[in-house]
Amino acid sequence: MPLFDQLYNFAHWLTQNREEAEDLVQETYAKALRGFASFQAGTNFRAWMYRILRNTFLTSRTGLKSALTSPLDEEVHSLEAATPQTPETILIERSNQHLVQAAIEELPIPFREILLLCEVEEMSYQEISETLSIPMGTVMSRLSRARGAFRGILKQKLEGA
Amino acid sequence: MADEWQAKLDLYLDGELATEEMRALDTHLRGCASCSAEVLHRVQLKRSIQTASKRYAPSAAFRRSLENKIAMPRARRIGWDRLVLALACILIAVAALLVYQGRQNLNRAQLYSEVADLHVATLASSTPVDVVSSDRHTVKPWFQGKIPFTFNLPELKESEFTLVGGRVAYLRQSPGAELIYQVRKHQISVFIFQESALGGGLAPESSVTKKLSFGIETWTRDGLRFIVVGDAAAEDIHKLGDLLKTAQQS
Repeated sequence: MPLFDQLYNFAHWLTQNREEAEDLVQETYAKALRGFASFQAGTNFRAWMYRILRNTFLTSRTGLKSALTSPLDEEVHSLEAATPQTPETILIERSNQHLVQAAIEELPIPFREILLLCEVEEMSYQEISETLSIPMGTVMSRLSRARGAFRGILKQKLEGA
Repeated sequence: MADEWQAKLDLYLDGELATEEMRALDTHLRGCASCSAEVLHRVQLKRSIQTASKRYAPSAAFRRSLENKIAMPRARRIGWDRLVLALACILIAVAALLVYQGRQNLNRAQLYSEVADLHVATLASSTPVDVVSSDRHTVKPWFQGKIPFTFNLPELKESEFTLVGGRVAYLRQSPGAELIYQVRKHQISVFIFQESALGGGLAPESSVTKKLSFGIETWTRDGLRFIVVGDAAAEDIHKLGDLLKTAQQS
């Protein structure tokens, strides 16, 4: 099954639950098989699969709930850090992987998914644009805000650790 | 660190800068310690996210379960599922066709028997015909108002057939015309009914067939069913049929 491990990892990050992630991946493959005729040859298969998974997630109970509870941009900006000692330097010193994971978990879904697509799946901005069905400009601005939010959350965790 | 470069560091690290800008930033980084340090920090952050994010792996049981679920519907679709459905459809269609043909054959046999009975009953009657005339211009008008259709009778002067007369006959509770012709002492009945009243089962046109030793020829034209029945030779029945067909065209 193509992209199985990657899709599962992405699904688990979105749902934060093993059973829900399995259901999400299963439904994604089922939809992909049913709708394979709609896939246009020559277009990005990976982006197509991730788009199915993401759209399925957004219409799931957890996805709808997260959409209602995602903080606004202003709230997220308040998480961004402005400190001489950067989180990266602290991170290097402590090398605490669990804190990074916890910081990613705390990110709102729109920021979490775009950060994972960029950093973990190493998608180009164009692929992210196709996957999330948003313009390139929005990809860049949202990714920038996601990184800022991540750094802010991470800093708080490192300082509190 | 120059502000113009700071905004582009993420694009640079994501490989989204244009080639020329990429080269320019490379050059800048070689000479700018603060930008280089910032790039290093961001690279380390990216790597830590990459490492930490590859956190969840599907279980072997889930993988097997999903593979089976994906494989099974395909196998069923290609194999037994569709095959059984197709066979069932074919069987139903064949059964329906056989039932339909059986009913049509039964209806045809019953019609031929009834027509033969009518012919025999007419010949056995003391008054075989209600209008006695060899003149077609007398016989045809006699049916006016007695049956719900009209027809043409052939001119027989040059033939060996003689018109004896006519009567109203009933088949399947519908009124029709029965004409009696004679050829070399053989009497032939020509029945004319509305096709819709007979319930189907008869071919649009069939040559002379035998039923209870009677020769029967039948055809349909303009919504009327013509049935010629008698004990005369098959050739005579066929000739009379041709004369009637020609008369209907005039």
